[in-house]
Amino acid sequence: MKWLDEFADPAAAKALLADIAATVTRPWAVMEVCGGQTHSIIRNGIDQLLPAEVELIHGPGCPVCVTPLAMIDRALALAGRPEVTLCSFGDMLRVPGSEGDLFAAKAAGGDVRVMYSPLDAVRLAEEQPDREVVWFGVGFETTAPANAMAVHLARERGLRNFSMLVSHVLVPPAIDAVMPSGRIHGFLAAGHVCTVMGTAQYEPLAARHRVPIVVTGFEPLDVLDGIRRCVRQLEAGRAEVENAYPRAVRADGNPAARAMLADVFEVCDRQWRGIGMIPASGWRLRPAYAAFDAELRFDVGTIDPSEPARCRAGEVLQGLLKPDHCECFGTECTPRTPLGAPMVSAEGACAAYFQYRRVGNA
Amino acid sequence: MCLGVPGKVLTIRDDRGTAMATVDFGGATREVCLVYTPEAEVGEYVVVHAGFAIQVLDEAAALESLRLFAEMDGQAP
Repeated sequence: MKWLDEFADPAAAKALLADIAATVTRPWAVMEVCGGQTHSIIRNGIDQLLPAEVELIHGPGCPVCVTPLAMIDRALALAGRPEVTLCSFGDMLRVPGSEGDLFAAKAAGGDVRVMYSPLDAVRLAEEQPDREVVWFGVGFETTAPANAMAVHLARERGLRNFSMLVSHVLVPPAIDAVMPSGRIHGFLAAGHVCTVMGTAQYEPLAARHRVPIVVTGFEPLDVLDGIRRCVRQLEAGRAEVENAYPRAVRADGNPAARAMLADVFEVCDRQWRGIGMIPASGWRLRPAYAAFDAELRFDVGTIDPSEPARCRAGEVLQGLLKPDHCECFGTECTPRTPLGAPMVSAEGACAAYFQYRRVGNA
Repeated sequence: MCLGVPGKVLTIRDDRGTAMATVDFGGATREVCLVYTPEAEVGEYVVVHAGFAIQVLDEAAALESLRLFAEMDGQAP
């Protein structure tokens, strides 16, 4: 496909790898924040092609993985109500809740639907005014513009049977949260998050933590160029925000999307599954949109679950543990019988290792 | 769900005041909302997430990146 295949050229990949090898003089640990980049790295074997000095640490940028267990359980409770049609992106359906997943809720008779866009849920609410249509609004800054517009349109169209279970999370506070490990020298910032939000909010992070932050795309050459620029900065002692994905990222992001986000959402503290509470790390609906807040519309009682003790997803999400170093990886925990969300998400590090590198450390 | 991909705008229409496009992704087409990229024109590529175009792909910047990679590879740009 145009603008994808060009960025997977093997000859250029070799040239980028050679440049990295010629630049690096000592060990560096670079975290790719986004789970989409983790999958690109593992699928293409990029981590195995890099010089030994460059270690890639997989970050927390998997929206499915960090959605708190309590929120999954709330979605399950809503899916169990006879008047509710629960709509979601497909990759939320296999995420294990305290008791089963949304697929199981669907199998048990719940009206659970997979959709590609929240606008499909708005349309369903218009077509079926006697149903309570709930959209499971999860994700980072990339999916937030879509969810914000869905709520905005629902209000504009006077819909009384559409609401959203909101569990949005933000990248910059996550970078703050993983820094205390002391292991990370540089970051590849998630390209499409910056497509929406721009690059300015990363400047204070780079200055505060004295780390280079390179805005990076998703194709093999994009990832390699992000790593190359990050290593060059590290070797030169620089800690700057740099844009290696200019075809999709402008400095001010997408102003129209940012304006809609500011209108619909406000910043809130948020629990991250496996990591814990991160201050000011999420978005919730503003009071003006309270009528569309599924948490206010439906009383599902107190939900305060605890994580299964065997799952070490929290360590994986913070870059403290490589998936195949978990004792349950590939044995007790597989995509068919997941202990935690990173094993089932399309952006989960455990799923990437299982799918592309089943033989563990070999 | 963050896996946005570039697609080519085939047609643009108005749905109750909201700009919608048919976008081609290597042969598969999808309906995409253009409300955040009102400047998008037929024939241009847009980066799409969850049914919304979040940016018009800057083809000049894309070509510049490819030129840089080709230079590193020792090829003529």
